[in-house]
Amino acid sequence: MTAIVENLDLYWSGFLTTLSLSLLAGLLAFALGTLLAAFRVSPFPPLQALGTFYVETFRNTPLTVVWFFAVFALPLIDVTLPSFFVAGVVALGLYTAAFVCEAVRSGINSVAAGQAEAARAIGLTFTQTLRLVVLPQAFRTVVPPLGNVWIAMVKNSSIGAAFAVTELTAVATRLVNTYPADVIAIFAGSATGYLIITIPSGLMLGVVERKVVVLR
Amino acid sequence: MSQQSVLYDTLGPKGRRNVRIGTALGLVVVAAIVAWVLWQLEASDQLEAERWGILFDTESGVPQSLGRALLNTLRAAAIGMLFSMILGAFLAAGRLSDHAWVRRPVDVVVQFFRGIPLLLLIFFVFLGLPQLGVNLDLFWSLVAGLTLYNMAVLAEIFRAGILSIDRGQSEAGYALGLLKTQVMALILVPQAVRRMLPAIVSQLVTLLKDTSLGFVIGYFELLRQGRSIVEFLGPRYGLQIYVGVAAMYIAVNLSLSLLARYLDKRTSRNPKIVFDPKAEEVEPVVPLGRE
Repeated sequence: MTAIVENLDLYWSGFLTTLSLSLLAGLLAFALGTLLAAFRVSPFPPLQALGTFYVETFRNTPLTVVWFFAVFALPLIDVTLPSFFVAGVVALGLYTAAFVCEAVRSGINSVAAGQAEAARAIGLTFTQTLRLVVLPQAFRTVVPPLGNVWIAMVKNSSIGAAFAVTELTAVATRLVNTYPADVIAIFAGSATGYLIITIPSGLMLGVVERKVVVLR
Repeated sequence: MSQQSVLYDTLGPKGRRNVRIGTALGLVVVAAIVAWVLWQLEASDQLEAERWGILFDTESGVPQSLGRALLNTLRAAAIGMLFSMILGAFLAAGRLSDHAWVRRPVDVVVQFFRGIPLLLLIFFVFLGLPQLGVNLDLFWSLVAGLTLYNMAVLAEIFRAGILSIDRGQSEAGYALGLLKTQVMALILVPQAVRRMLPAIVSQLVTLLKDTSLGFVIGYFELLRQGRSIVEFLGPRYGLQIYVGVAAMYIAVNLSLSLLARYLDKRTSRNPKIVFDPKAEEVEPVVPLGRE
C-alpha cells in the first residue's frame, strides 16, 4: 500500500492525463466521425468513397500502429506534432472517429424508411425531413453505441504508456520497479483510475438511454 | 447503397443538378487531400521508387523478416483466440448457472477483466507477475494478457447469444424432459452459435489487432519487427517499412472483416434463424430437413 500512498500525486496527475487525453480525443473523434458519417450518407459519390476509405483503413489498423505513425512516421514527412500528448490526442481521435462514424451511420440507417416517406408525403422539404423526423430518431439509437465507443476509447488511451504519455498505465509501470512488493496494489491503483471514469460513464449512459429511448 | 433511400426521394431536375454540383465539389475536396499528401511526400523525397522497392527486395531480407513477423503475430493471435474461446465458453456457462455461488464470482471475474485496459493487463502479466514469482516469456505474457481480456468479452457475447434464443425453445426442451445440459447442448448452443458468429469473428479481428500491443513489451510481432528493421537500415526507409507493416495489418484484418460480413449476410438470409418478412415472401415454405 505504501507505493500508492507515497505516490498519490503521481496517480492523480496520471489520472488527469488519462482524462484530458480521452476528453480531447473524444471531441476530435466526435466531430470528425459525425462529418464522416454525413459524407457516407450524402448523395455525392466522391465523398462517400472518402468516408468509406477512411473508416475501412482506420478500423482495420491496430491503434498501436496509428499511434506509432503519429509519433514516428509523421516526422519523416516533415509533419511534427508539438508534443507526445498532442500526438496521442491525434492518434486516439483519428482512430476512434472511424467507430463514431459507424455508430452514427448505423443510427441514421436504423430509422425506418416509412418515417422519411411519411415526412415527404405530408410535404416536408429535405431539410425538414432530416431535422424534424430522421435525425431526432437517429440520435436516440446512436446514444448507446456512442457510449460504448467512449468507454472503449478511455481504455484504449492506455496505449499512451508506450508512447511517452505519462497516464495511468505508465504510472504503474514506473512504480513497479521501485516497489516490487506492492505489485498488485500498484496495478489495482491504476485499474481503479480507469474504473472511476468508465463506471460513472456507464451509469450516466444508462440514464440518458432510458430518457431518450423510443419504442418502435 | 439502397439504404440511402431513407433519406432521399427520387430526385427531380433541380435535385440532380445539386447532386452534380456536390459531386464536383466532393471531387475537388478529395483531389485536394490527395494532392496535399503527395506534395508532402514529394517535398521530403519519400516517393523515390528505390525507397519503396525495399519492401519487395528479397536480397535485403526485408520481405522475409516481415513475413516471419507476420507469422509471429498470427501465432500469438491464434493461440490467444483458442484459449479465450475455451475459457470464454466456461465463463459464459458459469454466468448462466442456476447456482448463485457459481454465478456471482464468475460475474465479478468477467466484469473485472472487461473493465480494465488490455495493456494494463499485459503489463501486469509481464512486469507484475515476475515479482510474485511467476515468470512468463514475452510470447506467453502477450497471449496471457490477450486471453484474460478476450475471454471476458467473448463470455459476454456467448451469454448474450444464448439469451437471445426464444424462450419457447428451451421450454419445449424441458417439456420433453431434457436436462439443463441437454437443453444447452442440443437446443440452445447450436442455434446461438450461428447467430453469434459475426460478433465472434469481429471480436477475433479485435484480438488480432491487439497483438500489436506485443510491440510495447518487446515481442517481435509485425510492428516491433518493422521498428527494428528501420533501426537497422536507418531512417531512409522508415516511412516505407511502416506503411508496409500497416498494409499487412489492414490486409489480414480486412479479409477477416469481410468473412464476418459474409457470415452475417448468410445467417440473416436463413429464414430458419431470423424471421425476415422479405425472406418469407420469397420462400414461403421452409422445407423440412434442409441442410
